[in-house]
Amino acid sequence: MKHIPISLLLGAALSSVFLLAAGLSLIWVPYDVESLSIADRLQASSPAHWLGTDQFGRDLASMLMVGARTSIAVALVAVGIGITIGVPLGLAAAANRGSVLDEVIMRGNDLIFAFPSLVIAILITAVFGPSALNAIIAIGIFNIPVFARVARGAALSLWTLDYVLAARVSGKGKARISAEHILPNIGNLLIVQATIQFSLGILAEAALSYVGLGAQPPTPSWGRMLAEAQTMIYTHPMLAILPGVTIILMVLGLNLMGDGLRDALDPRLRRARQ
Amino acid sequence: MLRYILKRALSLTLSLVVASLVIFVLIEVIPGDTASFMLGLNATEEAVANLRAELGLDGTALERYLSWTGGMLRGDFGISYTYRVPVSELILDRLWVSLPLAVFALLLSSLIAFPIGLIAAANRGRLADYGIIGGTQLGIAVPNFWFAMLLVLVFAVKLQWFSAGGFPGWSTPGAALKSLLLPSVALALPQAAILARVMRSALIETLSQDYIRTARAKGLSRRQAVLRHALRNALIPVLTIIGLQFSFLLAGAIIIENVFFLPGLGRLIFQGITQRDLIVVESVTMLLVFAVILVTFLVDIAYAVVDPRLRRR
Repeated sequence: MKHIPISLLLGAALSSVFLLAAGLSLIWVPYDVESLSIADRLQASSPAHWLGTDQFGRDLASMLMVGARTSIAVALVAVGIGITIGVPLGLAAAANRGSVLDEVIMRGNDLIFAFPSLVIAILITAVFGPSALNAIIAIGIFNIPVFARVARGAALSLWTLDYVLAARVSGKGKARISAEHILPNIGNLLIVQATIQFSLGILAEAALSYVGLGAQPPTPSWGRMLAEAQTMIYTHPMLAILPGVTIILMVLGLNLMGDGLRDALDPRLRRARQ
Repeated sequence: MLRYILKRALSLTLSLVVASLVIFVLIEVIPGDTASFMLGLNATEEAVANLRAELGLDGTALERYLSWTGGMLRGDFGISYTYRVPVSELILDRLWVSLPLAVFALLLSSLIAFPIGLIAAANRGRLADYGIIGGTQLGIAVPNFWFAMLLVLVFAVKLQWFSAGGFPGWSTPGAALKSLLLPSVALALPQAAILARVMRSALIETLSQDYIRTARAKGLSRRQAVLRHALRNALIPVLTIIGLQFSFLLAGAIIIENVFFLPGLGRLIFQGITQRDLIVVESVTMLLVFAVILVTFLVDIAYAVVDPRLRRR
C-alpha cells in the first residue's frame, strides 16, 4: 500500500485519541467520576479541572474519558455480535445460493431491517431492564443483517471464480471453502463495514443512554451526560456542548477511517486514482 | 409479472406473520402483570381479575395472539389501558403530528441534499467537492437529538423565535407548522448529509456512462448533459434511499419528539412502554413494521415494472 489516503490518517488519528483516552481511563483518571462534590459544582475550565465540572461537581474531562470507555465497549461488542453471527450466515447463504436456506436467511434479514431499530432497542431494554449489556444486545441484533448481507454479496462473486472451482474439484466441502478461500478474501470489505457499524453503534449508544436506556448511573456515558446537561443548557451550555462535540469527533474519526480504508483496500479505486 | 407479484405478496404475508409473532413474544415476556400494575398495590385480587378480563388479558397466549391479530385485520387495534380509548384513535391523532413531521423533514433534506450532491458531482475532485464531502461527513456524525438541543438553545432560548417544544394542534395551522419547524430541521440534517452523498456517487456513476459521452459528443454542454441525462438516471438510487428514510423518519423520530415534547407516534410508543400500556406498544410497532414492509414490497414491484430482468430473480 504505497498511497495512504489522508482521510485514513486523519480518521485513525482522531479515533485513537478517544481509544487512548478510554484505555487510559482504565488505569488513571484525573478525578473519581463516582464521587460527588457539591462544593466544586459548575466550575469553569481551570488548571485543576481542564474542562470544568458539572452540576454535581464531577470533573468533565474524567467523565468524558470514562464515557468513552462505555461508548466504545458497547459499540465494539455490538459489532462483534454482528460479525460472529452475520458473517457465517452470509457465507452459508452464498455457498447455497438459491436454496431454501439462502431464501430463509435473506428474508430473515429483510425482516430485521423492517423493524424500526430504535423502537425495538427501547422494547428490549424495557423487557430486560436498562443496562449497558442490553444496549449492546439491542444494537448488536441490527448489526447481524448488515454483515450477513455484505458477506453474502461479496462471497457470491467469489464463488464464480476459477480458484474456488479448483478447490471444489479437489473435493473440499462448501463450509471448508467458505472458511479457507472465501472469508480471507472478503476480509477487507468486512473491516470497512465494521468501522461504519462501529460509528453507528457509538451514535446508537448515545441515543439509548440519552433516553435513559443505556449504561446506568453512576457509570458515566456520553448520552446521559447530554441528558443531564439538558436542564442546565440555558445557564451552562458547555455541559451539553462538550459531550456532543466529543461524540461528533469520535464518529467523524471512525467514518473518515472507514472511507480511507475503503479507498486503500479496494484495488479498483486505487487504480482509478493513479 | 403476475407470478412475480404473487410470490412477493406471499413473502410479504409471511414477513408480517413472523413480525407479529416476534412483537407478541417480546411483549409477552415483559415482566409484571399489567392489571395489578394499573390498580396499584392495594387492589383486591377480585378487582385485578375483573380488570384482566376487561382488558382481554385472560386466556391462553395463543387465544390472545389470535384475537390481537384478528382485531388488527378488522381495523380494531384494541383499547389503550391508560387512555381507555381505542388505540386506532390514538394512532390517528398522533399520525397528524408524525406524518407532517416526516414529510417536512424529508422535503427539507431533499432540498438541501439535491443541489449539494449535484455541485459536488459536477466539481468532482475540486475544492468544492472536498468541502462538501467534509461537510456531509460532519453532518452524518452529529447526533440529531444533540443538534435539536442546540437549536432550542439558539432559536428558542437566546433568540426566542420559536417555543422550546409542545404542539398547539392543527386548529391554529400557522402555530402548528411553526412548532414542527425546529424538529424537522433537527431530523433533516443527518438525513440530508446521507442523501447528498448518495446523490453525489449516483451522479458520478451515471456521468461515466457511455450515453453521457454520446450526449457530450452531440454538442451538449457539460451542464446540459448533467441536467438532461445524468440527473434523471441518478434519481433511481436516490429515490430508494428517500423511501427508506421516510419509514425511518416515521418511526425514528422518537427521540426528537421527546426533545420537543411533540405528541407523535414515537412518543406514543415511548410513553406506552413507560406506562406499561402494552397494547399501544404492540399495535403501533406492528403498524410501523407493516408500513416498512409494504413500502419495500411496492418498491420491489415498481422496479420489476421498470426493469423486466428483475422479475426472473
